[in-house]
Amino acid sequence: MNRAKQKIAPYLLVLPGGIWLLIFFAVPMIAMLSLSLQEGDIVHGYRFTGHWQTYTEAISAYQTQIYRSLIYGAITTVVLIALAFPVAYFIAFYGGRKKGSYLFLVLLPFFVSFVLRTISWRQILTDEGPLLSPLRDAGVIGQSFHILGTPFAVIGGLVYNFLPFMVLPIYVALERIDPRVVEAARDLYANPATTFRRVIFPLALPGVFAGVLMTFVPASSDFVNSEVLGSSDTTMIGQVIQAQFLDNSDYPTASALSFVLMLVLLIGVFTYARILGTEDVMKVAAR
Amino acid sequence: MTTPQHSAVRARSAAPAAGAPAIEFVGVNKNYLSHGETVPAVKRTDLAIGQGEFFSLLGPSGCGKTTTMRMIAGFEEPTAGKVFLDGQDVTGVSANKRDVNMVFQSYALFPHLNTYQNVAFGLERKKVAKSEIGRRVGEILEIVSLTGMEKRSPKEMSGGQQQRVALARALVNRPRALLLDEPLGALDLKLRQQMQIELKRIQREVGITFVYVTHDQGEALTMSDRIAVMNAGVIEQLGTPREIYERPASRFVAGFIGTSNIVDGHVDRVEGGLALLSYTAQDRVVVPAAQSVRQGDKLEVSIRPEKIDLHRGVPPVQATGGSVLSGTVTEVVYHGTSTNYTVATAAGADFTVFDQNASNADDLADRGDRVYLTWAPQHSYMIGD
Repeated sequence: MNRAKQKIAPYLLVLPGGIWLLIFFAVPMIAMLSLSLQEGDIVHGYRFTGHWQTYTEAISAYQTQIYRSLIYGAITTVVLIALAFPVAYFIAFYGGRKKGSYLFLVLLPFFVSFVLRTISWRQILTDEGPLLSPLRDAGVIGQSFHILGTPFAVIGGLVYNFLPFMVLPIYVALERIDPRVVEAARDLYANPATTFRRVIFPLALPGVFAGVLMTFVPASSDFVNSEVLGSSDTTMIGQVIQAQFLDNSDYPTASALSFVLMLVLLIGVFTYARILGTEDVMKVAAR
Repeated sequence: MTTPQHSAVRARSAAPAAGAPAIEFVGVNKNYLSHGETVPAVKRTDLAIGQGEFFSLLGPSGCGKTTTMRMIAGFEEPTAGKVFLDGQDVTGVSANKRDVNMVFQSYALFPHLNTYQNVAFGLERKKVAKSEIGRRVGEILEIVSLTGMEKRSPKEMSGGQQQRVALARALVNRPRALLLDEPLGALDLKLRQQMQIELKRIQREVGITFVYVTHDQGEALTMSDRIAVMNAGVIEQLGTPREIYERPASRFVAGFIGTSNIVDGHVDRVEGGLALLSYTAQDRVVVPAAQSVRQGDKLEVSIRPEKIDLHRGVPPVQATGGSVLSGTVTEVVYHGTSTNYTVATAAGADFTVFDQNASNADDLADRGDRVYLTWAPQHSYMIGD
């Protein structure tokens, strides 16, 4: 009686979330898959024809944006690791009693809406903004120097918006390292650089891995930063999908692109997991 | 290599072995800053640990023993004073450049490396040739009985096995000294006793100086060549286990090492090197006294519980040359090989007496019995002379 109860308990716990996922994830996915294989227009309606050519057409029409998105996503991720690691390292090893306050500061931007934050970046980076106009007046930069509308602005915005997602998992991984393990490395003749390379970094890898997952995927499919901070030269695939859905009402193309993006990202993530050899990493990350 | 200044220093300090001591502290002080206040962790300490010695730092938590060890390892720097390894001044030399290795309390194995990689870590840092590393790792794993475990990760091993890996990881480097920070603390009693014996064996085999930090006096007594008993940042006594047990230098040492009965009293007279402390006409404590002891001095005397004979009725005549205290049994605890009595004595102090259960099974005293405690003069020990 009790055993039986114990056996069902986990399933009961999963049930609410499971139902939620089924209704709001699985069902829309199936609907979208079907939509991507339909033909028609918004006026006359869409019907299912199994027209898979939408995929090939969409890919060839928007491959530039797909590539660009992946590259922006990748650059963003690399920059994030470079920026977030020292921050996380500092908080974990030198934060002392102020750890909580530092983490709060990292999270502080979350208290402002994503779009609003990005728009305020636009105010900062604009040609007449507080950053560029003094520099131009001082003659440091030329009249034709812009930041807004460039890939730099878009990637900058992405980095800014996703920074906490990289800092937190790396912090958690570093925080879990037993300080005595670090001392053991020092005791065994490792200088600070070697200690970092052979002990601290490998032990922080699960955090980096989690951080990459949490930033590369949303950064690659982001549609806000390029919209607000970029130009037509920086259009990302997320923007295209949004435009196809909302502006052009080309649901099949938008759906097909969504699936392509999802597939590319999934393949990317799994390859990445494979290369890092990562059953271990996955296991550690899951702990 | 040795500077003239250092030779002078060495000449002043008492080296227990020929040549330079393996480890030497000269006037070492260590203060910590806590909430803007200076807290002394180790107060002015001079210490020399001999080559190949099994040396224990023993004391309660917070006594400074771990700080002392960490200063040898190079994880802490003394606020004042100097640390020497094999006669070389290593004060200010960082941990990775010191030729000592440590076995950490929780082993601190590298969780991402397997046994082989853990043990090879130090040798790789020292740029030892690959084949040589393989040979030495194999050799040391054999000494700690872990052959065949090379591929195991720390997670896949028991506490005892992890302990051995930690030991091997340190010993494989053939350090000048091995530092062990309460290495057996996490093991259960049986494994612990087994590892104590094994540690002694390994130390004999490799012949390296061991510095062993522990709060377990039994462990320190059984394993060490010499023990430094620390309290509140000071070495209260330094000596062989026997010296420390038989002749505790302070009330703290007497209480911390084993069980001691401590009585105090004023000297009635000094006679033939013995001081006599009388409490009543019959109750007296006789103690070998230092030259400086005079009539009327206040003394603290320590007596080990197993040295005391317990008699019901009148004390036997042959014991009358030594100490005699009458008292009442307040507690009897039967321990199998011995019986422990607590006796409220005429000297005012409660005494603990360990009575061997040899053959006198009916000799057992009961609670409330009137008894006499006697012991020979040499078993009284003046604390702090």
